[in-house]
Amino acid sequence: MIGAERTGARAGLVSCRACGLLSRMAGAEEPGYCPRCGEKLEFRRHHAIQRTWALMIAAAICYLPANILPVMRTTTPTSDEPDTILSGVVLLYTTGSWHLALIVLVASVMIPLVKLAALAYLLITVQRGSFRNRRERTRLHRVLGVIGRWSMLDVFVATFVVALIQLQPLMSVAPEPGVLFFAAVVILTIFAAESFDPRLIWDSSRGKRGPDG
Amino acid sequence: MASIPSPENIVACPDCDLLLRIPPLPPRGMARCPRCDRALATRKPGSIDRTLALAAAAAIAFLFANVEPLMGLSAGGRESSTTIAGGAWEMWMQEEKITAILVVVFAMLAPALEIGFLLVILLSVRRPPAPAWIGTLLRWVKITGFWSMVEVMMLGILVALVKIAALARVVPGTGIFAAGVLILLLAAMSASFDPREVWLRVRWANGEGPRQVQPPGEADVGGAGR
Repeated sequence: MIGAERTGARAGLVSCRACGLLSRMAGAEEPGYCPRCGEKLEFRRHHAIQRTWALMIAAAICYLPANILPVMRTTTPTSDEPDTILSGVVLLYTTGSWHLALIVLVASVMIPLVKLAALAYLLITVQRGSFRNRRERTRLHRVLGVIGRWSMLDVFVATFVVALIQLQPLMSVAPEPGVLFFAAVVILTIFAAESFDPRLIWDSSRGKRGPDG
Repeated sequence: MASIPSPENIVACPDCDLLLRIPPLPPRGMARCPRCDRALATRKPGSIDRTLALAAAAAIAFLFANVEPLMGLSAGGRESSTTIAGGAWEMWMQEEKITAILVVVFAMLAPALEIGFLLVILLSVRRPPAPAWIGTLLRWVKITGFWSMVEVMMLGILVALVKIAALARVVPGTGIFAAGVLILLLAAMSASFDPREVWLRVRWANGEGPRQVQPPGEADVGGAGR
């Protein structure tokens, strides 16, 4: 780990995103295609930082309506109640399933927030060329890739509640626009985490060796 | 214009770009990047046959999980039940068409394609070299696996069951047990799948590889024998 580490970029080699084969780039401008699987080779993910910022900000904008707007509406002959994600958590808690309430709270409310904050942290530290905690930041990015999918939980919950409770005129549940914003948050953060390139975390060591190195 | 391939045991870490030579691995051994700790390669003896068996079992479980009702409900003399497709259909009817499409893609299409692609890939690499279009399927299997969310759907069904139990009597259906089995099989399937070994048996896009046809179980990475 001491001195100049040999990286693919320095040696003019590029690793294929799809199959992992290492190839010598045809040229710096035009890396060409992977000889094994035919995927277009990329030295670093194209416009990784701008793309990740854009997707992350879009997700942050959708996060508010996702949590404020109702995700479903329960209609009975005597009442007509909208349900948001949070009121669903409260309902689960009051009916005695505090563990399920906790799972939904973590998956629907906290994971998206953690993802947004973590992506902003990764982007800002890369843009500042930070030298600190590179191993931990790379791990953080890997964790984001694993946890993101669990936020889809509430979309599935809404789908199956709506599908089953169609007992008109006794009781029926209809989906509300919150579901769509919610799905948008999840998908946008998944794409944001995917478009970020963790190798950028390590590239900063090439240029300026900051005072924090 | 053409890029020149390096030997398969030389890799650049996908997460930090460090150049590394993967040493011969013992059975069930794993190579990690010393700089960022990313898992780079594993050696799983019998990976191809085991994954094939698990994929075949997963295909059967998938069928049952989709055909059988997941759960039923009775309230005031009325009864209803639903399947995965039924849930998506109800969402579609209720004008939440995008959500309906997402449910179909994440809970039905992606897992179905993942299992189907893996079956085709694993069957054809048993007699290497497999044709180059198997390489295309290998790229797709990664994407479909990424978007396959059966385990998330399962947790969603459990939460929905508890929520509905507060309003009416719910009965778990056969489909829910099949979905449980499917999740375990999918997890075991992706854990035993070793794309590196499969890539060594596929004809290259440029027609020049694979560089040597590997006899089963003796990949050049970790070729220490079983």
